Amino acid sequence: MSVWEYAPAPESRDLANLRPNYRPFVDGEFVDGGGDPLTSLNPATEEPLAEVGTASESDVDAAVRAARRAFEQVWGPMPGAERAKYLFRIARLLQERARELAVLETLDNGKPIKESRDSDVPTAAAHFFYHAGWADKLDYAGYGPDPQPLGVAGQIIPWNFPLLMLAWKIAPALATGNTVVLKPAETTPLSALVFAEICQQAGLPAGVVNIVPGAGDVGSLLVRHPGIDKIAFTGSTAVGKEIQHAVAGTPKRLTLELGGKAANVVFDDAPLDQAVEGIVGGIFFNQGHVCCAGSRLLVQESVAEELLGKLRARVSTLRLGDPLDKNTDIGAINSAEQLAKIRELTASGEDEGAERWTSPCELPERGFYFAPTVLSGVEQSMRVAREEIFGPVLSVLTFRTPDEAVTKANNTPYGLSAGLWTEKGSRILWLADRMRAGVVWANTFNRFDPAAPFGGYQESGFGREGGRTGLEAYLHV
Amino acid sequence: MSDRVSVAKTYKLYIDGKFPRSESGRTYPVTDAEGGFLANASHASRKDVRDAVSAARKAFGGWSGATAYNRGQVLYRVAEVLEGRREQFAAEVAACEGVPTADAMCTVDAAVDRWVWYAGWTDKIASVLGAANPVAGPYFSFTVPEPTGVVGVLAPQSSSLLGLVSVLAPVVATGCTAVVVSSADRPLPAITLSEVLATSDVPGGVVNVLTGRADELGPWLASHADVNAIDPTGASAESRVDIAQQASGTVKRVLTVPGDEPDWTRRPDISRLRRYLEAKTVWHPKGT
Repeated sequence: MSVWEYAPAPESRDLANLRPNYRPFVDGEFVDGGGDPLTSLNPATEEPLAEVGTASESDVDAAVRAARRAFEQVWGPMPGAERAKYLFRIARLLQERARELAVLETLDNGKPIKESRDSDVPTAAAHFFYHAGWADKLDYAGYGPDPQPLGVAGQIIPWNFPLLMLAWKIAPALATGNTVVLKPAETTPLSALVFAEICQQAGLPAGVVNIVPGAGDVGSLLVRHPGIDKIAFTGSTAVGKEIQHAVAGTPKRLTLELGGKAANVVFDDAPLDQAVEGIVGGIFFNQGHVCCAGSRLLVQESVAEELLGKLRARVSTLRLGDPLDKNTDIGAINSAEQLAKIRELTASGEDEGAERWTSPCELPERGFYFAPTVLSGVEQSMRVAREEIFGPVLSVLTFRTPDEAVTKANNTPYGLSAGLWTEKGSRILWLADRMRAGVVWANTFNRFDPAAPFGGYQESGFGREGGRTGLEAYLHV
Repeated sequence: MSDRVSVAKTYKLYIDGKFPRSESGRTYPVTDAEGGFLANASHASRKDVRDAVSAARKAFGGWSGATAYNRGQVLYRVAEVLEGRREQFAAEVAACEGVPTADAMCTVDAAVDRWVWYAGWTDKIASVLGAANPVAGPYFSFTVPEPTGVVGVLAPQSSSLLGLVSVLAPVVATGCTAVVVSSADRPLPAITLSEVLATSDVPGGVVNVLTGRADELGPWLASHADVNAIDPTGASAESRVDIAQQASGTVKRVLTVPGDEPDWTRRPDISRLRRYLEAKTVWHPKGT
């Protein structure tokens, strides 16, 4: 069979308007951070992209004070209808600068341009657009008349969806009348600092949004700062537990969106080709750097071999390589550290007896890459069935009966998401009731919308983002 | 006054629908407000906490899986049986809290009414907190509230019945199951309430009642991996910090509660129900 090669279709790197230096954003101005500057790498090439100033303790302090002042003097007293118009402006500016942001995000994160272009950036804009409308309608949100904001929110976001996670955090906080100090992830700070510029362009009052780049120590300063009323964190369960511990006994409010080990359950009556697409999207989207990734495939024994065959064939066609190429399906792993973790956990799966199959795709010589991998014959006791890998590695287990599927799916301390594949409607609803997870995708996977609440059960965290439910995280209720 | 000697009641724990003594063999004397001896209560231990948690976990599937209508009927039945024991509760509240019997009777009535109020929420809260989500795509997306799981409840120390009902009823109304640590010095209404629960149609294990010290048992509940949420109301200020820290080990939901006991006679809102509910969002494609 002849193979049709794709011609290279790279998006222009110039669109990112990359600058050599980026700086923290405090009280409406870009400032020289007092912390040691960090260098953000392009994980696809390992080349430095830009130098980024980081926040020192006094910068964090200044940011919190600015946010407090803005909350008390400007943003808090402002009528909701006026706040809304700033959020609409931000949504529009994000749409207008979408190409720039998509390319920048791909350079800084390593994700394929088609994902940053078609998913991250438009969904980020949608979050601002959706929440803008809430700002003057909070009386109708179900929390009684005139629900009050919490004050200053400290927000800490991960590197897997830098701009989108920023939108999930900032949009509801501002809509409900809070001001924010946000720390982007150490390896992906750039889009947040361009967002700061968008805040300036939107004429957002100084101090309403402050961005303090840095590593975990800056996050820790935020978590412990007495001037902060609320912490919102998205990231690993281990760090989430540390934050919950640190906040314990203080009046700070807390919401956590943590890790997951989602089951993607395929029954023998599922449309297998459709299921294969969903399984592939569920685990290989964004290189598997997704907290709700369908990382445990639970397949009914009678169709396991057939499904695995189809799955391997489909995964073999995934194109791994330059994230800026519009045909690329799998981009770069975000950091050397994450790559090492993925390798270590995958190797542990092999050591514990799983069968490893890896896509025969070629890996670029430079950059952090990991070929899509399927581990079959996985048992529940193996680390690859219990621990979040956060990479393009799928663990395959089997089941015989619906009850066994439920038991295995729920056999995890996490509870963020679950996938179900069956043509039988009554079975979907029966299973959806029994999945101990905050999001259940039936005959689809990885769907996100600002109108649909997202968040976990158990050790996947507490609080929701999106929808009417998500407003609760930023209101005195 | 007859010469008859009354039959004194033995107050025990309530675990998994049964009334065991503490496995530790410990008891402590309970006195009335003037210091007069009332009874010896079981002094629950860490092992009792573990037994109670495993009973609550075992009961969770059935209770959370029951229809909301059924849960509502069972909880209403509890109110009926409570009503029938008004005199006994009033006597115990009066003795424990040192209030006149007439006041105690008002408190009992308020507790029964509170229970009825929560019983009526079982089949309504989902329509108040749930939603059909207008997502931008060909999907049906809806959000439903579901019970978070096993809840550890450190009941108020002062309000021995109304306070207890105010913190327990919302837990079971949502479909969660409970491990309650009663007021340490005023435990008798809690044990009598467990007799009511045992003789209503509440399945064993849905509510488990331990008498003992909140500051001693709270941290064990907070660190137990099979407990999903904890209400620290009955713990001291210092202990609440410890409890909140222990709870972080398994990302438990810890209720934010006021420093001092609130006025339990105030009309409640649905915030306690909301705390024990998880929002679950379900998606399905349309048209394919």
